Amino acid sequence: MPDAPSNYQIGASVKRREDLRFLTGNGNYTDDINRPGQLYAYILRSTQAHAEIVSIDTKAARAMPGVVTIYTGADMAADGIGGLPCGWQIHSKDGSPMVEPSHPPIVVDRVRHVGDNVAVVIADSLAQAKDAAEAIAIDYKALPAAVSVTAAVAPGAPLVWDTAPGNQCYDWHLGDKAATEAAFAAAKTIAKVDIVNNRLIPNAMEPRAALGDFNPSSGEYTLFTTSQNPHVIRLLMGAFVLKLPEHKLRVVAPDVGGGFGSKIYHYAEEAICTWAAGKLKRPVKWTAERTESFMTDAHGRDHVTHAEMAMDGEGRFLALRVSTKANMGAYLSTFAPAVPTYLYGTLLAGVYKTPAIYVEVQAVFTNTTPVDAYRGAGRPEATFLLERLVDECARVTGIDRADIRRRNFIAADAFPYQTPVALQYDSGDYQGCLDAALAAHNYAGFPARKAESEKAGKLRGIGLSTYVEACGIAPSAVVGSLGARAGLFEVGKVRVHPTGSVTVFTGTHSHGQGHETTFAQVVADALGVGMDQVDIVHGDTANVPFGMGTYGSRSLAVGGSAIVKACDKIVAKAKKIAAHLLEAAEADIEFKDGMFKVAGTDRQKALAEISLAAYVPHNYPIDELEPGLEETAFYDPKNFTFPGGTHICEVEIDPETGVTRVTQFTAVDDVGRVINPMIVEGQVHGGLAQGIGQALLEQCVYDAAGQLLTGSMMDYCMPRADDLPLFYVGQHTTLCTHNPLGVKGCGEVGAIGSPPAVMNAVIDALKGYGVTNMDMPATPEKVWRAVQSGRKH
Amino acid sequence: MQVSVSLTVNGKAVTAAVEPRTLLVQLLREHLELTGTHVGCDTSQCGACVVHVDGASAKSCTLLAVQCDGTSITTIEGLAKDGVLHPMQEAFREHHGLQCGFCTPGMVMSAVDLLQHNAKPSETEIREWLEGNICRCTGYHNIVKAVQHAAQQMGG
Repeated sequence: MPDAPSNYQIGASVKRREDLRFLTGNGNYTDDINRPGQLYAYILRSTQAHAEIVSIDTKAARAMPGVVTIYTGADMAADGIGGLPCGWQIHSKDGSPMVEPSHPPIVVDRVRHVGDNVAVVIADSLAQAKDAAEAIAIDYKALPAAVSVTAAVAPGAPLVWDTAPGNQCYDWHLGDKAATEAAFAAAKTIAKVDIVNNRLIPNAMEPRAALGDFNPSSGEYTLFTTSQNPHVIRLLMGAFVLKLPEHKLRVVAPDVGGGFGSKIYHYAEEAICTWAAGKLKRPVKWTAERTESFMTDAHGRDHVTHAEMAMDGEGRFLALRVSTKANMGAYLSTFAPAVPTYLYGTLLAGVYKTPAIYVEVQAVFTNTTPVDAYRGAGRPEATFLLERLVDECARVTGIDRADIRRRNFIAADAFPYQTPVALQYDSGDYQGCLDAALAAHNYAGFPARKAESEKAGKLRGIGLSTYVEACGIAPSAVVGSLGARAGLFEVGKVRVHPTGSVTVFTGTHSHGQGHETTFAQVVADALGVGMDQVDIVHGDTANVPFGMGTYGSRSLAVGGSAIVKACDKIVAKAKKIAAHLLEAAEADIEFKDGMFKVAGTDRQKALAEISLAAYVPHNYPIDELEPGLEETAFYDPKNFTFPGGTHICEVEIDPETGVTRVTQFTAVDDVGRVINPMIVEGQVHGGLAQGIGQALLEQCVYDAAGQLLTGSMMDYCMPRADDLPLFYVGQHTTLCTHNPLGVKGCGEVGAIGSPPAVMNAVIDALKGYGVTNMDMPATPEKVWRAVQSGRKH
Repeated sequence: MQVSVSLTVNGKAVTAAVEPRTLLVQLLREHLELTGTHVGCDTSQCGACVVHVDGASAKSCTLLAVQCDGTSITTIEGLAKDGVLHPMQEAFREHHGLQCGFCTPGMVMSAVDLLQHNAKPSETEIREWLEGNICRCTGYHNIVKAVQHAAQQMGG
């Protein structure tokens, strides 16, 4: 793709075409859909973290008004319904496969976390279903629970699974242990940190929902669901859970109200509603209440890590060693095993030329909700540990925090750069991002701002984070060799209609990202047609040939590339048709701005003339070409993409209350080519809010018995408008070298880069009180206690 | 038991038979098929369900339908007049104040009510007013910009 001239759409902040429906109440979310004769499902969930089910008595409930039926795990098992599959298999150091317990949609005899599915009541109305659920009598025999990773690996801890001794799912490692140990033995200085990456609850604003339908005449099932990847749900649910042929199963993910990872996974309710619709021959609808979202949407993060950096006498990094315990929860969610391994360990080089790295990760089962990918998935955990550790390196060596980073950066001319932990970065300019961010933030003016704060009795701190991440997932052969059970290509289909307008089908899914706009910009430029001539279709397995969906900042890098490839095929075929119509050699046809022209002449045909000829092939090279103008491309990326950047956070703390306020936040990111700057900035804003939320506000809390204490928005602190500042978001771009658009991805950078910038700022503000480390979130109570404790010394 | 409620919704008189426990948002979404008003939580925190009751913003998940008997309700569907978007709707589009769109109806209805109280709010006043509307996508940056823009457009 050539650099875009100014009259092209790429690079323009085109207003979103999605907005009109959302702003007028005409969105079409799953819960907005109703089918004739629809029944309502209510899932009765475990109140216990760990218990045997001695008995379930549904007799009284079945007799209640409106109740159609009640199903338990035994009913599903009797129908041969399978468990929810895991999409990734990790092997331990010793070569043994991870422990992979079964995950039935409704448990049969034992519950393993609060919120585990125990029964489903199906009734004429939701109120009737809920009333009846209250009349179900369950006799639990409580078992001791293993809740935190630390408690779960302690000797004698209760076992979540009898098949997983020590509650270990796997014990994985990556890197050169011997080289790392040798470097540590020769080190001049060693910096050490103990890091807890706090557990988060995603909380997309639209609660999950599922509506199953069955057509007895055709034998076709339809599932409407809140998914980021309808084809993946069809594959997993059809092949492994309900065992339905794919051509008889349609999955529709209509407008979806945010995902952030939590709507990637195949959830039990999807299978329950689809299966029940088939049994009852009536549509069955389920919509989560927010408390159910807290209990059953896959959670994020939850790592406990010890890390050490070996340095020479000049603060150069010689080696990094990392030991992490990662909480999997009670079952393995779809992508869970990949998150603390191939999305984490492989990122530990960061933006630094550390020559030797060794990481070991123990994944642990606990009696908590499953943990899986949440915005950033593994890369925020890697970035947080590295960037906290680098600040600690600066502290113990006395080197300035920006200088120690510069001293260790991978240089802009060192790409492609092979890290010691498997990845090969294709492009980047970390120094350039840092310099741009320091200038944009007025880093040099910090001492004056700090003095102003101090005059007002406040503490001020500034923090840096220089990061790289790997996204645009992923080369199928590479991830296959690492344990993925699926390919991670993407599909684009471009249909040029007879009169020249264009419908594009993509296997990615938009749930806030604005694909309907951004992808139309790409296609408008690729085919030289107006944006109003292009529509983007996604989210329905009946329309889109196939697709792996949207996560891992892959939609444009992988899905957009597939669309470009399909457009290339359209242009190639159109050139042949143009050559015929213009009676010229195909080699002489040039394509520019939507016109197919005989080189050096003024003879030309517009795309619409060619498409008309293709669908009305009266004068057409019918012996050589099929009629029609529609092409499909499957695109498998050659490598991951590697966005990076610098985030700078400045905070002001009131030492009397412990309240921390972010006063300024600067993000300069390299996301590759920017198609729509307005949308890219919006994606970064949202990521920053989630990263700042993790650092200052959000924390999933279970008590020692496994009860979820943060089970509502009253208890779990979501970032509000008055918790956040205006952001400065800029770009310092290097292009991706291996995809046709040069794009890297922008969906997760905000959440990846920002938490350590915030915590480095908080710790900087508190350094006068002897604070050198603090776990997220830096709540007022935690900060106030640190100040009080510092005052005593 | 069913009770009858009569009210005006987006300028149209409606009467519905509902259970006494029916919430206003259920009346709107399920009985009147006005699905633009959303439910994002169960504790009155998120504000996705904000509508106007007799001109003032209110969380429709926290009102019983029967409490609204005789009132006039405006939902997001009733904000645009004769196909012309309200300046607040225009401003959200202009400033990319929405992404997934789920919190948007409540956010817009709440912001419209803010300008009824304070025609020229400061950034801080906007952020404090919207404390009862949670957005997970935008980080609020562009929502604040949109509300400022709408205030300007509306002559505040």
